[in-house]
Amino acid sequence: MTTSILLAGVGGQGVVVAGDVLAKALLYSGFDVKKSEIHGMAQRGGSVFSHVRFGEKVYSPVIPTGSADFIVSFENMEFLRYLEYTNNKTVLILNTARILPPSVNMGEEKYPEEAVEEYKGYFASFEELNADSVAESLGSRKAAGTVLLSVLSKYLPVKQEAWEAAIRSAFSEKIAELNLKCLKSMGKYYEDNQSL
Amino acid sequence: MGNVAIALGALRSGIDFASGYAGTPSTEILETLIKIAPDRVYIEWSANEKAALETAAGAALAGGFALVTMKQVGLNVASDPLMSLNYIGIKGALVVVAADDPGPSSSQTEQDTRIYGKFANIAVFDPSTPEEAYQMISDAFAFSHRFARPVIFRPATRLCHGYGVMERSDDLRKSEPEGFTKDGGKWVIFPRLAYQNHIKLEAEQEELSEIFSEYWGNILIKEGTPKRGIACGGICYPYIQEALRDIKEPCALLKVSTFPFPKKLAVEFLNGLEEVLTVEELDPYIEEELALLAGGVRIRGKMSGDLPKAGEYLPGMVKEAVCKFLGLPFERANAPKPPPQLPVRPPVLCAGCPHRASFYAVKSAVRQLLRKGTFKKAVFSGDIGCYTLGNTEPLDIVDTCLCMGAGITMAQGLNRIEKEALNFAFIGDSTFFHTGITGIINAVYNSSNIVVAILDNSTTAMTGGQPHPGIGRTARGGCSPKIDIVELLKVLGVNYVKSVSAFDIPAAQNAVKEAATYSGVRAVIFVGRCVAIEKDRRGVIRQVDTDICTGCKLCVIRLGCPALTMKDGHASIDGGLCFPCSLCASVCPSEAIKEVNYEN
Repeated sequence: MTTSILLAGVGGQGVVVAGDVLAKALLYSGFDVKKSEIHGMAQRGGSVFSHVRFGEKVYSPVIPTGSADFIVSFENMEFLRYLEYTNNKTVLILNTARILPPSVNMGEEKYPEEAVEEYKGYFASFEELNADSVAESLGSRKAAGTVLLSVLSKYLPVKQEAWEAAIRSAFSEKIAELNLKCLKSMGKYYEDNQSL
Repeated sequence: MGNVAIALGALRSGIDFASGYAGTPSTEILETLIKIAPDRVYIEWSANEKAALETAAGAALAGGFALVTMKQVGLNVASDPLMSLNYIGIKGALVVVAADDPGPSSSQTEQDTRIYGKFANIAVFDPSTPEEAYQMISDAFAFSHRFARPVIFRPATRLCHGYGVMERSDDLRKSEPEGFTKDGGKWVIFPRLAYQNHIKLEAEQEELSEIFSEYWGNILIKEGTPKRGIACGGICYPYIQEALRDIKEPCALLKVSTFPFPKKLAVEFLNGLEEVLTVEELDPYIEEELALLAGGVRIRGKMSGDLPKAGEYLPGMVKEAVCKFLGLPFERANAPKPPPQLPVRPPVLCAGCPHRASFYAVKSAVRQLLRKGTFKKAVFSGDIGCYTLGNTEPLDIVDTCLCMGAGITMAQGLNRIEKEALNFAFIGDSTFFHTGITGIINAVYNSSNIVVAILDNSTTAMTGGQPHPGIGRTARGGCSPKIDIVELLKVLGVNYVKSVSAFDIPAAQNAVKEAATYSGVRAVIFVGRCVAIEKDRRGVIRQVDTDICTGCKLCVIRLGCPALTMKDGHASIDGGLCFPCSLCASVCPSEAIKEVNYEN
């Protein structure tokens, strides 16, 4: 069994760093982990994604279409770009904070409000929150990604120590403290490792 | 990360020397070495890939183990020394890592570096996973040393930027370079020697093919007497492994990771099969080699139309092709219908990027010149770097872009045919040192009529901020003489050279207009540091005074700055994204964009 998590967002939101933290937390929990993302010209304000996969033995670092178990959308509409990776059991974790695409900003196109509403309902289960506001109230909006990981943590067989070690290895001490606060913000970690 | 694995593997091979030019997806290999072994290994960011390979060739001739890294199109720049070097050979070891980019995610072409190996008669290693890359890079050095020839190592994007779990081993080869030995004409390429060496090289290809048939990285799995087989290479191997995990249908599997093609192993694979599906990204190399050996076996893949010839392969499509080939039903997951056309998010220049200011200054100044009728037409040649994004709306100021350094030279040709046009060439500082200087020399020598706009942001920004010859710092952090672009241009004989601050819009506009009044080769240098290397830029975050803002949208429409949006009929600045440059304030006709008063 391989579990696949797709993180999607906009360049600058910390999608790649969140992917690092997630992969490390899973690795520290004893899983084989593979991760894949795109660097380079695709950054800077463009759509960015990170694939994280774990299990006893994982082959491909890339999620096959139709087999994402979780999709974590760092921005309100970004999950819509990756629907081909989902199936009728995929769980959606959605940050309702918006970043307007340039064409919407210039008034040439509309933000796809209706599509977001319509497709949200398609997911077996979805949780939405304004992770930017939560992170901001805790210190900085830049840690919104960790708030989303906090929501995700409820579903994953990863213990608190593994999460904390992953956070500490990814950030400097000061920033790690803020991220640890964000990590604890949304719920409790999955404690019962046995049932998964 | 795959690139980290390659760096660690190279280090384990006992390299003495590493050089390269930054390029996605190869950059992190050298960056990892700079981070972990700056004292053990000589490491340099070279001015370009040709310089990188030639310095490495020198190091290898002195008996050193040398690593060279670049992206696939970088190998085009380095192809001249590559071809010849294989004829004369080397002494220590030399591995050229050229990272391919199927897709492409961040490149000009989808070329297949394995074909360079075939073209140049150089052995190629093509790993499938980061773990394999770690092992194989050591083998590449060992082969290079044993055969005294350069070896190509070719990872692709998904491997370079893919992550896996691996164990490090510390059996470090101890480096003891012997030094250069004079050996009559051995190291001097002459036509007669080239002919003799060509004979040797061709014989070696056969020998390597035999050896590679036994190589651990080439895998043949064949149980019983299957009628069908799948052949693959690169990242497609783990995709196939995953696809076959759930399939019980008997099927032989061949994975090829080295070239020259391991013919003996391939014949063993083909024996008894009726049909083969080849799955490999980019060129149908394995497919063609199998077709030559196939006899009656039907070889399918790209040439039969089963799989696409262009673009990246992904696990879903690979599984679908495998199922189809084995006559099994392929169930597409129960994914929803695709959503309506979504507003795209093209990559944009960062908020506070000096290039945006430079582009705006040139565009507005040229607009005035065109309006006055000084020129009927202006053509803007661009180059490779973040500033290629000047092509996108609303800046729309990059009309051509071909390859590193081509903007300056193409502008010359454009102007030869259309003399009445005003021809601009934009080039960044790192690209200028890479291959831009030759273009300037060509222009001065041939009295060309162009304006060169050098966008000097003091770094190689696109690939994450590597130093270059104009910065005064080397890869390992040492000091170096700073090559002054302005002085260099003057010495080269450029007619008009003016350096301005990118954010001083009136001064920049004046420089552009003044340059346009001269003839011959003219240059304006726009100086403004990249926001990524200037995290502590001091400046004043501005705010829109909604009482004054008329909602004309000019700031939003002209600049395309990610921090500027329209909100309730007025322009609005996102303080979280703004990186103070005040460009928007200089564009606002109503002076509605004001400094924030922090005192209250």
